[in-house]
Amino acid sequence: MPSLGADMEAGTLVEWRIAPGQHVHRGDVVALVETEKGIIDIESFEEGLVERLIVQPGSRVPVGTALAVFAGEAAAPQDAGAAPPQPATAAATAATAGRERAPRASPAARAKAVALGIDLASIPDRGPQGFITLQDVERAAGRPGAAPVAPPTAASRGTVRTAIGAAMSRSKREIPHYYLRLAMDFTAAARWLERYNEARAVPERLLSTVLLIKASARAAGAVLGFNGYFGVNGFEPSQAVHVGVAIALRGGGLVAPAILDANQKPLATIMLELHDLVGRVRSGHMRSGELAAATLTVTSLGEEGVDSLYPIIYPPQVAIIGFGSVLERPWAVAGRVEARPVLNLTLAADHRVSDGRQGAQFLARIRDALLRPEEL
Amino acid sequence: MSPPTSVASLESQVLALLVDIAPDVDPAAVRPEQPFRDQFDFDSMDFFNFAAALHQHFGLDIPERDYPQLTSLAGCIAYLRQRLPGGAAP
Repeated sequence: MPSLGADMEAGTLVEWRIAPGQHVHRGDVVALVETEKGIIDIESFEEGLVERLIVQPGSRVPVGTALAVFAGEAAAPQDAGAAPPQPATAAATAATAGRERAPRASPAARAKAVALGIDLASIPDRGPQGFITLQDVERAAGRPGAAPVAPPTAASRGTVRTAIGAAMSRSKREIPHYYLRLAMDFTAAARWLERYNEARAVPERLLSTVLLIKASARAAGAVLGFNGYFGVNGFEPSQAVHVGVAIALRGGGLVAPAILDANQKPLATIMLELHDLVGRVRSGHMRSGELAAATLTVTSLGEEGVDSLYPIIYPPQVAIIGFGSVLERPWAVAGRVEARPVLNLTLAADHRVSDGRQGAQFLARIRDALLRPEEL
Repeated sequence: MSPPTSVASLESQVLALLVDIAPDVDPAAVRPEQPFRDQFDFDSMDFFNFAAALHQHFGLDIPERDYPQLTSLAGCIAYLRQRLPGGAAP
């Protein structure tokens, strides 16, 4: 069961999309899993032949549980549909720290566990010999966590709130946040966008969020200390810049799936992907790869009139950028005060990784990129 | 599609587009004068989709500067009546 974010502790396997004997390619959807965020398409990050399926549809299992075994992996089962490359590994490590991935167990216990659809790693009671016995497995089968549950329906909103609460509590407990704010004259970007959109029919136009995502991605690729993960070995910078975008769920809650390699994509591509992402977030067809992939997150409150927001870092990431509403404000230009569209950029960053000085450079980079929108 | 000829027809078409974008919207409960944003969490992407749907459905080119007129149901109807050839008919 892959971790689809720091706020996920368990998931319910809804449906298998693969069968034993089938050849699976990287990126194929292997299963549907229900989480607090809805039903997610789990993609394989490996290529191989499916040997057997371990977890039965309807079972709710903790993050880190092996779901299926690919041929040649029997000795150390891995999550077939698991973890997209980098991020989920980090997330899964954090979520399941201290738990062995392939616990020792007797052959009878292993066979029984497979038959019952129980992951051996989820069994806490080890016998005196230090390995899992048949009795341990049978006892575990009676535990609520391991027992099959009725096939789920729509995700309940109450649990989204609980999941967000858990992730944000963890963030505030573990991450020493610092905050910076920078106000900028948004005239150049607004004018550029206006001209760009004027020449295009509605479906080809850009939202200003797209400029913010691209500018942030560029800066994250250029200034060290804001793009990557904080894991057991400290900060692991990421080469790739996958920008998580906070998207509100209807009826409350939010998720932050990623636009992959946002620093290298043209604005029109980012717009298309954002459009697609928002649609799937709201219709419930997110993919595991994009849910756990973000190397940093951006969030914006849109046009509600809030000029600055002070976001909380989404672990194991180390920074989050907030964009307020663009509002007309007095702005000093060459000794005179003029009315200008003003945008406030805020940064919450992890003090274990960076200092305010680097944070200031990072925000200044984003501003400078937005001052030259034609180069984005 | 033949041009819409009455306010009622325009309204039902606009509501259908709206429900298409936000399936949880109850068309009977939409308050005509109140901005969509305040009624059902319409964000910038929803509005983008809505404008694109109006563009496609009515075959209209809608410049961005007209967007403020489209933020409520009543605003949309007034705008469409003014822009569509047969839209002004009762």
